[in-house]
Amino acid sequence: MSTIAMPVPDSDTLGRRDEIIDALEAAVPGAVISDPVETRAYECDALTAYRCPPLAVVLPCKTEEVAAAMKVCFDLGVRVVPRGAGTSLAGGSLPTADSIILGTARLTDVLEIDYDNRFIRVQTGVTNLSVTGAVEDDGFFYAPDPSSQLACAIAGNIAMNSGGAHCLKYGVTTNNLIGVKIVMTDGEIVEVGGPHLDASGLDILGIICGSEGQLGIVIEATLKILPKPEGARPVLIGYDDAEVAGQCVANIIKSGVLPVAIEYMDRPCIRVVENFAKAGYPDCEALLIVEVEGSEAEIADQLTIIKDIAAALNPVELREAQSADESAAIWKGRKSAFGAMGQINDYMCLDGTVPLSELPFTLKRIGELSKEHEMDVANVFHAGDGNMHPLILFDANQPGDLERAEAFGADILKLCVQVGGCLTGEHGVGIEKRDLMTDQYSAEDLEAQMRVKDVFDPQWLLNPAKVFPLQVSAARRG
Amino acid sequence: MDMPKTEAQLAALIKQAHADKTPLRIRGGGTRTDLGRPAQPADVLSTQGLSGITLYDPGALTMIAQAGTSMAEIETALAAENQMLAFEPIDYRGLLGSTGEPSIGGTVATNISGPRRMLVGACRDFVMGVRFVTGEGDIVKSGGRVMKNVTGLDLSKLQCGAYGGLGVLTEVSMKVMPKPQAAMTLVFEGFTVEQGLALLRKALGTPFELAGAAFLPGATSRTCLRIEGLKTQVDYRTKNLTALSSGLSKIVTGGEHDALWKSIRDVVPFHGSNKPVWRLSVKPSAAADIAAALETALGAEAFFDWGGGLIWLQTPDATAEIAQQIRAEIAPHGGYATLIRGSVQQRAALDVFQPQAPRLAKISQQLRDQFDPAGVLNPSLMAA
Repeated sequence: MSTIAMPVPDSDTLGRRDEIIDALEAAVPGAVISDPVETRAYECDALTAYRCPPLAVVLPCKTEEVAAAMKVCFDLGVRVVPRGAGTSLAGGSLPTADSIILGTARLTDVLEIDYDNRFIRVQTGVTNLSVTGAVEDDGFFYAPDPSSQLACAIAGNIAMNSGGAHCLKYGVTTNNLIGVKIVMTDGEIVEVGGPHLDASGLDILGIICGSEGQLGIVIEATLKILPKPEGARPVLIGYDDAEVAGQCVANIIKSGVLPVAIEYMDRPCIRVVENFAKAGYPDCEALLIVEVEGSEAEIADQLTIIKDIAAALNPVELREAQSADESAAIWKGRKSAFGAMGQINDYMCLDGTVPLSELPFTLKRIGELSKEHEMDVANVFHAGDGNMHPLILFDANQPGDLERAEAFGADILKLCVQVGGCLTGEHGVGIEKRDLMTDQYSAEDLEAQMRVKDVFDPQWLLNPAKVFPLQVSAARRG
Repeated sequence: MDMPKTEAQLAALIKQAHADKTPLRIRGGGTRTDLGRPAQPADVLSTQGLSGITLYDPGALTMIAQAGTSMAEIETALAAENQMLAFEPIDYRGLLGSTGEPSIGGTVATNISGPRRMLVGACRDFVMGVRFVTGEGDIVKSGGRVMKNVTGLDLSKLQCGAYGGLGVLTEVSMKVMPKPQAAMTLVFEGFTVEQGLALLRKALGTPFELAGAAFLPGATSRTCLRIEGLKTQVDYRTKNLTALSSGLSKIVTGGEHDALWKSIRDVVPFHGSNKPVWRLSVKPSAAADIAAALETALGAEAFFDWGGGLIWLQTPDATAEIAQQIRAEIAPHGGYATLIRGSVQQRAALDVFQPQAPRLAKISQQLRDQFDPAGVLNPSLMAA
């Protein structure tokens, strides 16, 4: 058994199952899935260690249907778990037995593309990659690029304020989202923001983005699109000392060159990846991939500055891609890191963020914790913004291993908080980090956050048992 | 005027005000006190006693400062490391005729950004965390000192642009950026508004990362394209952007360049007058039509930043009817208008901030009630 507790399902709701399903079917005919065999497909997201089939699943095709379904749940006091593509690594869309899943999977229309004003308006069931797909032939792209971008939905990107490898330059979802249409818990549809910049009045858009489905169902999004850069090229830098690698990252960032990505891999990760992808990586303590964008001349100039900085710190490897193939080779290992890990082990992927200056200490301490917990860990992460991704390796078939991995993970996340960082940089809290929130936030901090939820979701029906520690939210959850 | 020296003292003062239901007027450097609906008589609570840079880590692009720290102190410290606040905070003293030193707390509380906003983001996009005191005197922190942080609800964003109404900021954590190695501006003279704004939108659709896009009307209009980056980048981009249109009149660099963008940032064209000034955020392609209609109907004057997305509008008068006319002109396209400069009488007689749709207005009021149940923090300053 795993260690994250979920509340006992509400027996009254379970007893009204047929009534609830009838009401939903009447409100949104053809959109309700209630056969227990079929609802099983929605029992988990990408945090697969935790599973629970929902009471029912509703997949509306139209905005008005989302509102109608939400209204039914509001009137009947039924909990609702919003779901995009179900790729959350944090259990952000894990159902409870007494909740219905309200999914955006059928809301996949591109509603408006406006190159003159550089935005796109979409229904939120579209995948992240398809947003770029809709505009790339005309030379534009949508910047946030979480590694699940082929599958993950914009709805989930907004819920988790997703980032990606390129957010060092382009920011995360909240920096690229300029408007939403949201269904409130009582079914009212509210529009926030639009093609113009910044809000008049309070920044409601800012609080909705990253709210993990706690405040409403986001059904439409207006997103900034950017002109595609002319080209991009990476350089590979290897060091035999994590501290020196950290220094190199800081020096690059300070130099005024703005790379689009600075990725980091440590030795355990390099070895697994090299074995799997044969990317030609050196066997060293720390590997950096730094990518810059622009025209040929601009790329050359930026890479010269970066190579000078790197060379001054005695790298064991310093390799600039000379061709598209070589660029692909440099990225190949990094992009296959998670898959390569999965080939040899089960792994748990964390995503705490630390201040850049604390990277070397954090890595050293993670190494010590690995020995204390007697579990291996590999590190692959976005170094430019301190967003770490320690991968804890374990065997899911070995009784007790998952619990040990969770305990090790909790220690790493607490370490991130101790050095001035946070529990999660881009995956979200979900259920996974819910009960660690008290390590980062005081009772007053959490109270202030919960008061925002009180405004949007006075009955606390939306996405139950996520984000807020169960104990802290007990009185509100009822 | 109360000027607490510590966050705890500030919290105690607010706790008392909450108990007594005594309204407070929150004040940083005092350069923006004439923004918003005129204050009812209230005790002034100054954050100037909370001053100083708490942490500056140039290699991590991070600065944490107490809310009352002056922008001058912050900019001096950043300049020593060749860094900057990339969103180009406006200095309102010239426009509003105010004195004093603007503070970082006031900058964040008003969330008003300058010309580079359309490329890099607004003030709110550079706030990594805040500490604030609620209307009940509770000390709350949100976010932290790292760029990527999705841990819990983003109360920092909510504080940006709340004008102190959801809490008094005591400390802010900012992402800072390196100053560009080189910068220059292409100036095309004599274009009509439509021509100028069309060129700006065309340039913004290129990968050349325009860092400023303004149109200044006049006897000889100026369409200004600011280019920044490494020297090679600026040269390359200049060459390509110049090729977008005939009629390049000059390339501005150095001190003249810096002065040009400071003047756009600080709304210098409308300095030295008492006429009302409005800030309109609109869809860029609608800007020329909106401005033309208001020029005809109201005798207004306008200039444009953010490729047309930001219109600075000066009107001969400001009344509820005029506010309504301006907002009606924007409405079909989406966007809003805020009265930035107006007399006490004018600001009392009209909605300084754009009235919101009923449900959004209700949500905003409910949030205020949650964070400031007794209504003591800048009450009705943002009232629409």
